[in-house]
Amino acid sequence: MSRRLGGLLVPGVAGLMAVGWTTAGAQELNVYNWSDYIGETTLEDFVAETGVEVNYDVYDSNDVLEAKLLAGNSGYDVVVPTAQPHLARQIEAGIYMPLDLDRIPNAEGLDPILMERVQAADPDNQHAVIYQWGTNGFGYNRDMILERMPDAPVNSWDMIFNPEVVSQFEDCGVSVLDAATEVFPMALHYLGLDPNTESTDDLAQAEALMMSIRPYVKYFHSSQYINDLANGDTCLSVGWSGDVLQAAYRAEEAENGNDIHYVIPEEGTVVWFDMLAIPADAPNPVAAHDFINFVLRPDVMAGITNYVAYANAVPASLEMVDPEIAEDTRVFPSQEVLERLFVTRVVSPRFERERTRAWTRIRTGQ
Amino acid sequence: MSRKGFLPLGDRMTEGQMPMHLPATALLRWLQRLAYRLGIRGRGLVIAVPYLWLLLFFLVPFAIVLKISLSEALIARPPYSPLFEWVEGMYLEIRVNFGNYLFLLDDSLYAVAYLNSLKIALISTLLCLLIGYPMAYAIATADPAWRSSLLMLIILPFWTSFLIRVYAWIGILKQNGLLNNLLINLGLIEEPLAILYSDLAVYIGITYSYLPFMILPLYATLERLDRSLLEAAADLGCRPFKAFLTITLPLSLPGILAGSLLVFIPAVGEFVIPELLGGPDTLMIGKVLWNEFFTNRDWPVASAVAIALLLFLVIPIMAFQYLQGRQQEARR
Repeated sequence: MSRRLGGLLVPGVAGLMAVGWTTAGAQELNVYNWSDYIGETTLEDFVAETGVEVNYDVYDSNDVLEAKLLAGNSGYDVVVPTAQPHLARQIEAGIYMPLDLDRIPNAEGLDPILMERVQAADPDNQHAVIYQWGTNGFGYNRDMILERMPDAPVNSWDMIFNPEVVSQFEDCGVSVLDAATEVFPMALHYLGLDPNTESTDDLAQAEALMMSIRPYVKYFHSSQYINDLANGDTCLSVGWSGDVLQAAYRAEEAENGNDIHYVIPEEGTVVWFDMLAIPADAPNPVAAHDFINFVLRPDVMAGITNYVAYANAVPASLEMVDPEIAEDTRVFPSQEVLERLFVTRVVSPRFERERTRAWTRIRTGQ
Repeated sequence: MSRKGFLPLGDRMTEGQMPMHLPATALLRWLQRLAYRLGIRGRGLVIAVPYLWLLLFFLVPFAIVLKISLSEALIARPPYSPLFEWVEGMYLEIRVNFGNYLFLLDDSLYAVAYLNSLKIALISTLLCLLIGYPMAYAIATADPAWRSSLLMLIILPFWTSFLIRVYAWIGILKQNGLLNNLLINLGLIEEPLAILYSDLAVYIGITYSYLPFMILPLYATLERLDRSLLEAAADLGCRPFKAFLTITLPLSLPGILAGSLLVFIPAVGEFVIPELLGGPDTLMIGKVLWNEFFTNRDWPVASAVAIALLLFLVIPIMAFQYLQGRQQEARR
């Protein structure tokens, strides 16, 4: 999943969808998913099997999806919000219909432990099933980092949050995700505070920590770093697991000598789950259920994971997943690592505003 | 503009001489009969069309945004409280919340972002003027055979998506981009310049994107300029530069104003260019609005920011135009 600004190009496509509405008879399905977040042939296969016509749009941030859903009449049948905090809040706002599990027999194959993890967002798993999941961590360019600091603590958040360490990499380029909701929980966790705190004192401490590393950060951006890491324009980037792995693959393909590694920091970090859900006002709920059932079929799910390099929650698919991905602990973390991961939760609107405000201060000094 | 061109349309139609085979004509005729009954005729009808347009596409959206700005944020769909509510089927309850506007005064962020947007827009407008004026002047004084080709070159980039052109600047300005590589190869610099993700990149992006909006109105005024005035000045011994300052420049003032407004107004609210080219410390009101709407999901405050922006931008400009209009009338 690349949560990139390319999504800005896309919203116009939504307008085009309306063209298909009038064709009576043939079933339709409108899917709204993250960009680069589906298998190479998943949609074609679904169309071939069911004869349902699929309109497929992509977005690059949960905020954009949420704004459309909150406005109502989005026209989408299947959407893929992140469980915490977005899906949780959207369920509270009454956005989704409960899933009819009789229509999704393949949901039986979902990993019960992972599904339990998302119950905090969706009590009793009534509204959504796991699509893909991953972690927040950082990627680094091995040669550039070791050249500047041979004993760099490459498996620790010290790389980012310790000013003495991160300052050494200022000249080769450090980037951080541009999202208060993603970065503050990690900063709070590094400080030993509750990542889901609503205390303004805790927030102030995290802000002070961010300010202390701010001089060494080249830019805050949530997608630019994929290319920059791959090209050697940055050497250390806070990012999402799959995106950093994409950067690593791109550098490998280009044979440009950049050796990129993804790290799930040993202190623990944010784990997130992207969920398949159906808006209550979906125009084609039957086809939507069929689509979710199709995606959860082990062979289909394996095709998706092989392409996007994120983890899925269908254990039966793993034997069909490329061993290089299935055995990669950066994609499917070990049980021991899993226990150190935490989810972010919904915070009150008041705290959300203060957090955004603090983020603006960090970004701009205002 | 001759008035004659407008009047006959209305007159002819009342006489029923317009061809009636098009449904659009029938609709127009119906609208016209309606207008006739309402006492709007001929010229009034022509003027009514743009007003109707403004009503539909400016005033109605404005009213909707104004309404949202006076409500309260909720976790619901839509995420704000209703302004009017029927209570027990008989009382109309109106809840107006001015808190969102007061909130804007509370936090200096909004004022700072707004002033910063004004600064960036102003500097970009000046840059556009400095680059655009000589270009417009050169085109206007070029051989007539060349003029349309030169104008075409100004308009041509518009045929490519605006977004793609801004993305192209990323490739030009970045650390190992075209510009830095060129300067290093020429031996002018040793270390690559950090232009991308800075205010400078935003100025470049805005100036580049809006330059045609400056050139076209300038060209229109300069092209119509009466050259005999310059010849007279030369005959009377005025040097070309002085003639430019005392004749050309004042006479092209309407073009300068029109071009500057066309660049300045959209530049203040610009979001895409600072988002793509600007640094983390580039603070503009468009980004603040985005944050309110998307990150804080506070539609009422986002709407209040939008309304405040509009008032601070539109009222001074309207006042300015009004004063200018009066000045022109006084001159007649």
